[in-house]
Amino acid sequence: MAHSYTPGLKVTEKAIVKKERRLPLKGEVLVKVGDLVKADDIVARTELPGDVERLNLAGKLGVPPKEASSFLKVSIGDKIKKDQIIAESKGFLGLFKTSIPSPIDGIVENYSDITGMLTLRKPPKKVEIDAYVNGKVVEVIENEGIVVQTPATFIQGIFGIGGEVKGELKLVAKSPDYVLTKNDITEDLKGKIVIGGSLVTSEILNECVKKGVIGIVVGGIDDKDLKDFLGEEIGVAITGQEEKGVTVIVTEGFGQMTMAKKTFDILSKNDGKRASINGATQIRAGVMRPEVIVTYDIDTIVEESKHAEMGMDINSIVRIIRQPYFGAIGKVVGLPSQLQKIETEAHVRVLEFEFEDGKRIVLPRANVELIEE
Amino acid sequence: MKEKDQITRILATDCGSTTTKAILIEKRENEYRLIVRGEAPTTVEAPYEDVTKGVLNAIKEVEELAGIKILDGDNIIKREKSEGDGVDIYISTSSAGGGLQMMVAGVVDKMSAESAARAALGAGSIVMDVIATNDKRMDHERIKRIRTLRPDMILLSGGTDGGTITHVVQLAEIIQAADPKPRFGAGYKLPVIYAGNNKAVDEIKERLEKKTALYIVDNLRPTLEKENLKPARDKIHDLFMEHVMAQAPGYRKLMDMTDVPIMPTPGAVGLLIETIGKRDKIEVLGVDIGGATTDVFSYFQNTFNRTVSANLGMSYSISNVVKEAGLKNIMRWVPFHMDEKDLRNRIRNKMIRPTTIPSTLDELQIEQAISREALRLALEQHKTMAVGLKGVQKERTISDAFEQTSTGETLVNMLTLNLIVGSGGVLSHAPRRVQSALMMIDAFLPEGITMLTVDSIFMMPQLGVLSTVHEKAATEVFEKDCLIRLGSCIAPMGNIKEGQEAVRIKFDDKEFVFNFGDMGVIPLELNKKVKAVISVAKGLDLGNGKGKEVEAELEGGVVGVIVDARGRRPFVLPENDNERVEKLKKWIKALNVYPEK
Repeated sequence: MAHSYTPGLKVTEKAIVKKERRLPLKGEVLVKVGDLVKADDIVARTELPGDVERLNLAGKLGVPPKEASSFLKVSIGDKIKKDQIIAESKGFLGLFKTSIPSPIDGIVENYSDITGMLTLRKPPKKVEIDAYVNGKVVEVIENEGIVVQTPATFIQGIFGIGGEVKGELKLVAKSPDYVLTKNDITEDLKGKIVIGGSLVTSEILNECVKKGVIGIVVGGIDDKDLKDFLGEEIGVAITGQEEKGVTVIVTEGFGQMTMAKKTFDILSKNDGKRASINGATQIRAGVMRPEVIVTYDIDTIVEESKHAEMGMDINSIVRIIRQPYFGAIGKVVGLPSQLQKIETEAHVRVLEFEFEDGKRIVLPRANVELIEE
Repeated sequence: MKEKDQITRILATDCGSTTTKAILIEKRENEYRLIVRGEAPTTVEAPYEDVTKGVLNAIKEVEELAGIKILDGDNIIKREKSEGDGVDIYISTSSAGGGLQMMVAGVVDKMSAESAARAALGAGSIVMDVIATNDKRMDHERIKRIRTLRPDMILLSGGTDGGTITHVVQLAEIIQAADPKPRFGAGYKLPVIYAGNNKAVDEIKERLEKKTALYIVDNLRPTLEKENLKPARDKIHDLFMEHVMAQAPGYRKLMDMTDVPIMPTPGAVGLLIETIGKRDKIEVLGVDIGGATTDVFSYFQNTFNRTVSANLGMSYSISNVVKEAGLKNIMRWVPFHMDEKDLRNRIRNKMIRPTTIPSTLDELQIEQAISREALRLALEQHKTMAVGLKGVQKERTISDAFEQTSTGETLVNMLTLNLIVGSGGVLSHAPRRVQSALMMIDAFLPEGITMLTVDSIFMMPQLGVLSTVHEKAATEVFEKDCLIRLGSCIAPMGNIKEGQEAVRIKFDDKEFVFNFGDMGVIPLELNKKVKAVISVAKGLDLGNGKGKEVEAELEGGVVGVIVDARGRRPFVLPENDNERVEKLKKWIKALNVYPEK
């Protein structure tokens, strides 16, 4: 077996990135194929049905549910204004009438003569989606959204929290193993995305929120700090919905983890440039990883790497993704085909790994990931 | 598909959430045997996002190891005659989908809503929220919640049969107004299971049939005193299996490749366990611990039960095991002192890189510690669900109708249990078989005398599906190549003073004595059975009563007869950290569980 399959994260300086931008419900697409869009441009919009307000009509009128509808002064589908009288009881000789004002602006949606509840709906809410990245519209998904394509620097993280944000990248870490301190988070970082080093703590994250930092890209975080920052334990890893005020992208893993040099170098090169980032992660079928995207001019020529298609081979650059030597980067120097016994006494497929200083070790193939060139 | 007698080479795969396993079976000298096994990481992740890629990779490994050609590009060669390249039949199982997250709704939070939540939890789901008419929220808040959570499924209940329908219809109206959308697939409606007042069915249909995929089952609370969770749980289970399977990217492609319909992994393993129980007329407990889910199967009192704990597993769901069990419960099985921060990070790193394997002894011990808790929780869940056939319902008096604690008498009885079958990566691939034995003993705490077995290389799913098309081949491979007999386990119930003589075992003119608090192994080779006389101390019970002698058949195995004199009901580990570590080390040494460092 000459090479082996290894799932790897993309860390590429130049790649063609495609992003699907889709409405949660059907609506109107505002751009067409071939259009050039900016990250903040609205590309599709729709209206979400408004919130529902339910009113105990029969109860308020003091009549059985089956009779209450005869007291309605409006019909199903009618538009209504707040405080408009929508139902009124006849009272006694025109006296002691019960008038029911609408609690909202909206429409009358439904009346149930079993429950006696009147359902009113507030006006629809506008939902708009933007392009997220600068680029060219290459596909229109009818009534739903678009696919935008662009040459870009594309970095996938391993885990993240928080949703999409856009802002200027700001190199704060002095080196890939740098540990951010509270003093590093200054007022001028407001609205920016901080490039950190090997560790971020819950204290720093809270400081980021306080100073208005919108995102942070960092090598590692302690699980304990993540729990403290979120206020709860993550059970199943489905993230992106957190509204903590800052999007966090972890590039290496949990614990203090020196950011991969390549990742750090690419991010450093983009210091001061505008990036689109998303912390959403789903570790389940159809895995979703967090990402950092910095777009290039649309005409930039990109030669796509073929490495991912090829799999791991002799001289492939890989990263160790499990203890011991977690995070170490080196090169594959041997891929013996026979199973080998490791410290646990398990017989597994292994590879021979060479550190940057020339030291060699043997470890399970499952415990490395390919770093894309 | 070929006639059965013409099938001489069988290829079978199982797509787990983490690993895809392929086995090759051939008929040689008139019997079917396992030839080779290959595996590859499951490819549901980007950039692959297609389960068939992992399947092909696993098959390639089989090709290499067996030295035969099976693939022609991306196609499996199906041979016309029983010779040459290719295979005669290709079959597969799958559980590549992931976990299950639900919302439940019921009229009264302490009554039907609680029963509904129990049904969902019992079916292995995570309950994201419970909506009840008296939960003190406004309707619009409930509607918003349903929309933002995007559950995989909703269970709606409420009202006793024939009672008032107002409240449950009101809940249906809330769901109707929310118009919930599933997280996956635009062209697919969110499943809603209705298990409430039977009189309200028409009203519920009217409101929900168009907007959701509505399923009606028997009321889970037919009267105030009766709880009948089984129909709702079974429906959740069935929908989950369909749902999970269909979500795996590339699943449709895989369907085209197989000769018979793909079977859900738990269904296939369950079939095997049930067959063993029926055939040998014994009580069996089976477990398959995977990356995302842990499945438990049992055959007690001639009744088969199956549960899928959809969020307990060793890779994708590993963090949820920590959440459910608590870090302390996991740490209690780690035989060395360890920093909580370090353990947390290691577990999370396994979650984010689910296909990695332990390469040091410490890492292996941590992983096996977590597996004990995953197995323990999965069995707990199974116990609450394995409550017999439909119609066996928990009767509640009016007084305890308001104070619910348990769901019913479980059929699972660790004392009468004859056989435990363990399967899944962490059990099948444990470097020493005794490790699997100890993981199962610690997690399940068997009582009396129980035979322990393990799936040799994790191929029960494939054999399960094979048994539906070629029973002879499945049975032969299962008996000869799959089931590894570890040995009998003797575990008396009760507690006496530490160090006092607990168990005395006599057979073949030999005598073995074990003190309370100890574990040990009596060598007895594979397939050897002996009649033994076992006496226990006054305070202990092996099934015949306290202090009573038992005559029993003990069976040997690759480990031998394991004696567990650590006590039961309760089984206790020392609270003190140093004492606990010392104890664990002592047992590990007695059973020779790990290599000396």
